[in-house]
Amino acid sequence: MERAEKTEKTEKTKNQNRPEDKTGSRSGVKGLKRPGPRGNRWEIIGTAAVFVVLFLGMIGYLGYFVATNEQDMVNNSYNSRQQILLSQNYRGSIFSRDGEVLARTVLDGEQNETREYPYGKLFAHIVGYSTQGRMGVEALSNYYLINTSTSLNNKVANDVAGVKNPGDNVYTTLDVKLQQVADEQLSVYRGAVIVTEVSTGRILAMVSHPDFDPNEIGEIWDSLVENKDSSVLLNRATQGLYPPGSTFKIVTALEYYREHPDTYENYSFQCNGHFSMGDSRINCYHGANHGSVNYVTSFAKSCNSSFANIGVNLDADSFEETLEELLFNGELPLTLSYNRSSVEVAEDSSVNDVMQTSIGQGRTQITPMHLNMITCAIANDGLLMRPYVVDRVENDAGNVVKSFKPSGYGRLMSSEEAELLAGLMEAVVQQGTGSRLKGADYTAAGKTGSAEYNDTKGDSHAWFTGFAPVEEPQVCVTIIVEGAGSGGDYAVPIARRLFDAYFAEKQEALE
Amino acid sequence: MQEYIIELSKYYIVFFMVLYTLTCFFALWCKKEQRLHVLYLTQNALMVLVQISCFLNLALVSKDIQYLFFFGFVQIFLLAAVMLVTMIYEKANRLLLNNMCMLLGIGLCIISRLSFHHAIRQYVIVLVSFIISLVIPYLLSRIRFLKKLTWVYAAVGITLLSAVLILGEVTHGSKISFSVAGVSFQPSEFVKIIFLFFLAAALWEDVSFLRVALTASLAGIQVIVLVVSKDLGSALIFFVGFVLVVFVATRNYLYLLAGILGGGIAAAVSYRLFDHVRTRVLAWRDPWSYIDAQGYQITQSLFALGSGSWFGMGLLKGNPKSIPYVYVDAVFSAVCEEMGVLFGICLILICIGNFLVIMNIALRIHDRFYQMIVYGIGIMYIFQIFLTVGGGIKFIPLTGVTLPFISYGGSSCMTTMIMFFIIQGIYMRLRQMEEAQENKRRGKNGKSRENRENRENEESKQA
Repeated sequence: MERAEKTEKTEKTKNQNRPEDKTGSRSGVKGLKRPGPRGNRWEIIGTAAVFVVLFLGMIGYLGYFVATNEQDMVNNSYNSRQQILLSQNYRGSIFSRDGEVLARTVLDGEQNETREYPYGKLFAHIVGYSTQGRMGVEALSNYYLINTSTSLNNKVANDVAGVKNPGDNVYTTLDVKLQQVADEQLSVYRGAVIVTEVSTGRILAMVSHPDFDPNEIGEIWDSLVENKDSSVLLNRATQGLYPPGSTFKIVTALEYYREHPDTYENYSFQCNGHFSMGDSRINCYHGANHGSVNYVTSFAKSCNSSFANIGVNLDADSFEETLEELLFNGELPLTLSYNRSSVEVAEDSSVNDVMQTSIGQGRTQITPMHLNMITCAIANDGLLMRPYVVDRVENDAGNVVKSFKPSGYGRLMSSEEAELLAGLMEAVVQQGTGSRLKGADYTAAGKTGSAEYNDTKGDSHAWFTGFAPVEEPQVCVTIIVEGAGSGGDYAVPIARRLFDAYFAEKQEALE
Repeated sequence: MQEYIIELSKYYIVFFMVLYTLTCFFALWCKKEQRLHVLYLTQNALMVLVQISCFLNLALVSKDIQYLFFFGFVQIFLLAAVMLVTMIYEKANRLLLNNMCMLLGIGLCIISRLSFHHAIRQYVIVLVSFIISLVIPYLLSRIRFLKKLTWVYAAVGITLLSAVLILGEVTHGSKISFSVAGVSFQPSEFVKIIFLFFLAAALWEDVSFLRVALTASLAGIQVIVLVVSKDLGSALIFFVGFVLVVFVATRNYLYLLAGILGGGIAAAVSYRLFDHVRTRVLAWRDPWSYIDAQGYQITQSLFALGSGSWFGMGLLKGNPKSIPYVYVDAVFSAVCEEMGVLFGICLILICIGNFLVIMNIALRIHDRFYQMIVYGIGIMYIFQIFLTVGGGIKFIPLTGVTLPFISYGGSSCMTTMIMFFIIQGIYMRLRQMEEAQENKRRGKNGKSRENRENRENEESKQA
């Protein structure tokens, strides 16, 4: 050690002597700063700080990734770890809001597992299935269903006994009674029914026809996949894209109000059953002649000619903005898998296209769920609540592992606009196409639609979207019945049954 | 009983790890000799606790006693390493030493979980590396001509790298290694050290433009050879090391700017020229669309992170082997999957701790040659960690470099350990000098002002 120190010293003195003259001359000639012994202090600190910041960013990214993507990562079908979880836990159960079993895993004496759906076809799309890929709540809450939060004591006991742990149970917002009514009412028709709670965004019922029995998904899978014509596996409520027909007049009416906030009440139009501009012509439904109509009656009677007249005078840019605010052509705040609604409004659109778009025909397509969300926002003062179907997750002992609270997505429109549209929709029931809802114990509001999907024959899908009661909206329904005819005749009666059932149930709960 | 231990282990392993990380940063900040000593001993205790917890868990889950034997060997080595180094070199940096042992322990643990056979090989590698590294500080204090070998370093570096390019074996599309007597070497790892000595020797006394240009061209050849060998990760590490060492040696921001610009242009050119570069970028930007092909490794790595979550799935409870090249490139993801992302973050923080220790040493060194070596080692070390961790979590494109001290692989482990002991050697010199100065000042306590002037004089002369 001593010798090492000596060499140290000699080298040090050398260092001191040698570069002295060089440094002097160099700094003079080249004009470089003379590098003092601590001259590069700040360069070292600076570059080190850059790396530290870089690493803090990376750690932040990692934390954010894990916090936000954990479930997606576990749920991805390419992730082999699902098998590991499933070999340790058996799948948890799914319950309705009042505790009815919608899906459960049954174990036989040899611990073989079968997934059972006690209600058969009733919840086919919304609860879904889990063996041929996954769908519905089975897909949405897969992470919770295959993980377990059972107590440590149970885990140890199960481990010793050589049996699997129970996966966590999922409680949905679904209401068996409403689901049954919706299913019965839709009957043999193809189509979809959605019932949601206005103030919270809870999905109370969601039916899509044609349906299937998830208990037999293994056996019927091939035939379902092969049969592309009926697309049974499609959840029409969230994935079915339909022409909105006259229900789209909600949007056109809103845009007209936005462009004429002070004068919209003065609007008037003389309807003689059709409206023409250039070569383009729009007919009212079944050629009805509505006579003299104003802003409110145009909407209530669903006068196509009047709305075509409104449409051709709208400003394309402003219209596009409104459509964007209403979530057209974009993402919906929805965790269920869905398709994006699409609508085309542009400066250079042809007159015909503009007229078609303003009455919800042409290339415009919307999912029933999207229409339901717009309706809910109108009923909720312009504020959209995120729709959700999973209420909470519990472990096998009934302790809540995670609960999902209602959350607002944001405003789709101002409070005044919502009030105005609600008024228009009330007029539909009071004096227009929704008259089959008149005279109930509650007040209702809504908009009908008869979306023509076959130009030559004039066949149409029956639409209704609306809410009740008008004074303090609680429940919102959206119905589409494929190829049935007019919305007023075929969709509104279904809405009435659903409202009846909802308020009856409410009454029962009070008593 | 054992089920309770298995279930709870993931929490207390993380707990010990967090405590260790805290002591690491506390030791960075603490100045009191007495307190530091206690901290270092605490660190050693925590290291052993982490090791016991991990290996006990491995043994209980697998019901295989061999893990406990391996644990014994690993502990004997780690504790002996700490004791040996502190006995032989009493002025060694304890924090750096403790952290190194901690990381080595974690590495051996996770490798033994992946494959026991690999773990035993790695253990031998660690042992040999340690024995070689142990003499480095001594050699550093004895060899005096290190500063004079500038062109020799360059020649050796270029020759070795070219030899790999011409003679090397192709692994996963890139030529990075060759075998001697059944042992595979990755020369680019060892050349890192020679490369830094070259830079330091070239720039310690002369930073004229011509000198820098000559250095740049010789360094450039090495980087280009690496790029042609398709060893992108190493090429990047060499390049960043070069640019920053030149910048800090010259204090000329123009060089830094030129380096950044040049790096940007080189990246753009190689993106156009090389297919494998485009593949990496593609797999980084949108791995999910190519989940079956280019994006497979990164998505499997992300699955591991997501499935592991904060506390991990527990040792032997996950499936880290589904990640391609998990032993080398993706070992961080394996650690996160089974020991938890919190554990992984602590691991990164310990590496940052090492970096800060190294930078702090660099700041205190007056001799530009040794300062550049220490600084260069620090930069290469931290940048390599950035590449491998960032690549595995999709922060940046994957480049496939090792995580020092953790990944499986002899060349990487030995190189990093030699680097750390070079720093130890330089640090010991530094402390001797500082203490000598301190003594001198104390001796002349009365004439303090004069003394200060003297010191300032001395310092300016030294430059």
